[in-house]
Amino acid sequence: MADDLIKQIQDAPDLQALDALRVAALGKSGSITALLKSLGAMDADTRTKEAPKIHAQREAVSNAIAARKDALEAAVLEQRLATERVDLSLPSDAIPVGSVHPVSQVMDELAEIFADLGFAVAEGPEIEDQWHNFTALNMPEAHPARAMQDTFYVQPRNEGEEPRVLRTHTSPVQIRSMQALGAPLRIIAPGRVYRSDSDATHTPMFHQIEGLVIDRDIHMGHLKWTLETFLKAFFERDDVAIRMRPSYFPFTEPSAEIDIGWSMEKGRRVVGGQEGWMEVLGSGMVHPRVIAAAGLDPDEWQGFAFGTGVDRLAMLKYGMDDLRAFFDGDLRWLKHYGFSFLDVPTLSAGVGA
Amino acid sequence: MKFSLSWLKAHLDTEALPHEVAERLTAIGLEVEGVSSPAEALGPFRIAKVLSAERHPQADKLQVLSVDAGEGPVQVVCGAPNARAGLVGVFGPPGAYVPGSDMILKIAAIRGVESRGMMCSVRELQLGEEHDGIIELSEDAPVGRFYAEWAGLDDAVFDVAITPNRQDCMGVRGIARDLAAAGLGTLKPLDVPAIEGSFDCPVDIRTEDPEGCPAFFGRTVRGITNGASPEWMKQRLKSAGQRPISALVDITNYLMLDLGRPAHAYDLKELNGAVTARRAKDGEKVLALNEKEYVLDDTMTVIADEAQVHDIGGIMGGEHSGVADTTTDTLLEIAYFDPDRIARTGQKLQLTSDARTRFERGVDPAFLEDGLAILTGLILDICGGEASRVVRAGEAPVAEKRVKFDPARTLSLGGLDVPADEQEAILERLGFEVANGEATVPSWRRDVDGPADLVEEVARMVGLDAIPSTALPRADGVAKPVATKAQVAERRIRRTAAARAFEEAVTWSFISEEEADTFGGAADVVANPISADMSHMRPSLLPGLIAAARRNLDRGAASVRLFEIGRRYLQEGERRTAGFILAGDKTPRSWIAGKPQDFSAHDAKGEALALLEAAGAPVQSLQLTMDAGPNWHPGRSAKLGLGKNVLAVFGELHPSIARGLPGTVAAEIYLDAIPEARSSGHARVAYSPPALQSVTRDYAFVVPGELAADTLVRAIRGADKQAITDVRVFDRYQPEGGELSLAIEVVLQPGEHSFTEAEIAEISKTIVGAAEKLGAKLRS
Repeated sequence: MADDLIKQIQDAPDLQALDALRVAALGKSGSITALLKSLGAMDADTRTKEAPKIHAQREAVSNAIAARKDALEAAVLEQRLATERVDLSLPSDAIPVGSVHPVSQVMDELAEIFADLGFAVAEGPEIEDQWHNFTALNMPEAHPARAMQDTFYVQPRNEGEEPRVLRTHTSPVQIRSMQALGAPLRIIAPGRVYRSDSDATHTPMFHQIEGLVIDRDIHMGHLKWTLETFLKAFFERDDVAIRMRPSYFPFTEPSAEIDIGWSMEKGRRVVGGQEGWMEVLGSGMVHPRVIAAAGLDPDEWQGFAFGTGVDRLAMLKYGMDDLRAFFDGDLRWLKHYGFSFLDVPTLSAGVGA
Repeated sequence: MKFSLSWLKAHLDTEALPHEVAERLTAIGLEVEGVSSPAEALGPFRIAKVLSAERHPQADKLQVLSVDAGEGPVQVVCGAPNARAGLVGVFGPPGAYVPGSDMILKIAAIRGVESRGMMCSVRELQLGEEHDGIIELSEDAPVGRFYAEWAGLDDAVFDVAITPNRQDCMGVRGIARDLAAAGLGTLKPLDVPAIEGSFDCPVDIRTEDPEGCPAFFGRTVRGITNGASPEWMKQRLKSAGQRPISALVDITNYLMLDLGRPAHAYDLKELNGAVTARRAKDGEKVLALNEKEYVLDDTMTVIADEAQVHDIGGIMGGEHSGVADTTTDTLLEIAYFDPDRIARTGQKLQLTSDARTRFERGVDPAFLEDGLAILTGLILDICGGEASRVVRAGEAPVAEKRVKFDPARTLSLGGLDVPADEQEAILERLGFEVANGEATVPSWRRDVDGPADLVEEVARMVGLDAIPSTALPRADGVAKPVATKAQVAERRIRRTAAARAFEEAVTWSFISEEEADTFGGAADVVANPISADMSHMRPSLLPGLIAAARRNLDRGAASVRLFEIGRRYLQEGERRTAGFILAGDKTPRSWIAGKPQDFSAHDAKGEALALLEAAGAPVQSLQLTMDAGPNWHPGRSAKLGLGKNVLAVFGELHPSIARGLPGTVAAEIYLDAIPEARSSGHARVAYSPPALQSVTRDYAFVVPGELAADTLVRAIRGADKQAITDVRVFDRYQPEGGELSLAIEVVLQPGEHSFTEAEIAEISKTIVGAAEKLGAKLRS
């Protein structure tokens, strides 16, 4: 009887039929249930003999039902899944990504490199008084260099006040840092500067970075090393060559212009090698009058300063060729030339991205 | 400053080649911006003789020449009317580039006759305009030689950028002196003629402004012929980029370019009475040589006679008394003008000139007497005539200047180890006199006034390339962090914004007056803006971002997510600020989401809070008030603050601000207003996750329409600070015209033991009680 029942279970066509068989066998008035009930009426000997058989039958039927149920359920699931097909070639929803502006990225890179050399990042006002922007930097009122700069003047707020200027360079931060922090001192000062000028390579606002080291025994050899070291680290090339040329800045003496060597790679002018030279930095030993103007004793303290364009460095490293695009906010340009938020410059991973 | 090699060699005895001169100039701080030589362009052209000239068989106007350019007869077809046997001219072989016709010569058949080169005209070689025929040289010109070389066209011209401190190099002689000091040759002595003068100067010369014009020397030269200047002078002036005009004008220009000494020549017959250097009168006018009229004031020094102003002293002469071709008698002026006065006058009049450039940088005050003698000598040589005796008014300020000279400074400041005697030799070649630890500065070196200047003189002559790189001393150990908290906060906010899909923009610090006024007005206005819409220092980052968003949408962008970190320029100073704008579509239409979604004020809120948190603001404690101001949608904007301190504004921009950009949302975060977090070391507050599971209960309240959800949430959170760990609005419902319902989820965290039903009921009672204080009622 049990064998026949098991056969029927195994052949049950669907879950409903299987359940009917289960009720018929294991239900309240099922055939196996009846057998189990019959045990109570047997004498002890018979029961001892019959009980294992009956329990075995019940076990076998239960197992058969479970097995068949699993099989039927699996078949149903397969059938359902077979209908649930999607076209995975369809696009997923685009998740927008953002970017960091090249100027910010390069400023972070510079901060990272100079931090390793012990330079802190200093800041100063962009609307600056003429004393900090010119006079303290050894450019008295009638100095030709003062007229040379295409200065934006700010209307005085009160009548009779000397007009302030939009700082024409980051150099006034030299003065402010020496005044605030004294010596010895190592700072860089990146930020916005302004000149009344506009064409493909000049915009009325741009970014400079200033470097300043003041100590007792700093000389031009340290300046040269610092610039070489910084440029090699920034461009991440060991073949970065620099050339120092005597020049003139009112706030340094001696003064030197720094040319950097370039070479042609794949039709592009890149930094490195010595096929040609281009001007990238102004530098020199801080003029004793500048040190004195900032309240330090020029007989005790000396040092070097340098300055260059941050936008310019970005262009040289990352290959943009139009400065005006830096300040337009064109999403297409920003997406192309901008940087991932993950491109945090570090010395261990390299400062460039 | 431009000059030719031959001109330089008039002062410098040297065999150096042009590229050697150029390299040395740059190395000593006289930066060569270009070296050009006409010879380079005419390299292949040779002197050639026409051996025979026959008529072209096919053309009346052409001839077939046989030409010898030093290598035997060559056949050339030529159309020039003056081509004839015996003529010596200039021949271009096949392959030569003809600059005047912009073509490369080829062997070609011209009407059936082969031509192997060309006999050239003046215009074809760009040596002039003449094109009537081919060049005719003298018959003894050496056939076969390179023409440019023979004609002296291989005279290299240097274009040198002179830094403002080196007025002494604004004359060729100064440059020669520097090169000699750098070892590139020997400075030739300057020839100063001794000219006594044979009569008294008929004009009285005075200076009534000893401050502006301390010295005014002059003399007249009479009976001159102001014709053309000689060829050598014209050549030199041309190499300097000056157009020869007439002998007198050319000679004064030449003196300035050759010796850095500006001078002026007046036409004597146009002068009335004494000539005086004096202050101009307010409103006095003069028509200058550039044919513009200038209105002067009493800060300016002029040269005037008894009738009128003739010269804006040291800057530009007047048209009225300028010399002409007919001038026969001239008054020469050699004066010393105060550099500051010249600079101020020039700036005020916005008038630049070669004379101003030199005077404002300070010409050699010891070179008036000799300058006048050389000027007179040139005039007598070239124009003839007779010179008067010199009249002198005042004295130029020649003060002996001595600077401490310590050879050790070259190493300690310049980083260059140069023996003391070599340093002295360099300085002496530059005109310094070194004795007793001091250097006497030559009168022409106004820029040198301290020991650092002497270091520079030595260093540039030895060469900065010789300075050995020296490592900066380094502190022990790993480099210490140097960024300030504000800088770190700025970096964090920047990269958080980029991570949250904003593109960082950098927009102008100046905006238009209208934009500034909309955002409270600019505290600072540029007096000389580059354009009217870049005149006011921005009081907010938003106008720049709005303009950038508009430009992008105009270019077809569907979605704009921009941020900027920069400064606002306020009455009280410059303030660090971050701003962002979200315009266009939040999400594009898609097969998944359907229609494009718009940005909402809540998007702005979420981003603003994320950025505030990145910057270290205590976002949990911020109070929200719906008073963002007139630039914002009144019902869809708010401020986030701590008491009176506003940290941010956000929301939907008022349609009148964001014209054409409906539904644009934005925020501005005042980084300077964020309180600095107290630093508490690296270790975190101790914490271990609670052992018992939290319990969540939902409450639905009917609330007054004006009640801010946040107020209700805060009240509930405060109802049992121990048990309630989170409160969140999860639904908001208000049927048309009906009451507002808020559904709140409250998370309760048991401590030591699980909550009993009674405890939970007790907490619920507190929650409902707290809500009821705000007018909310538990929905039944």
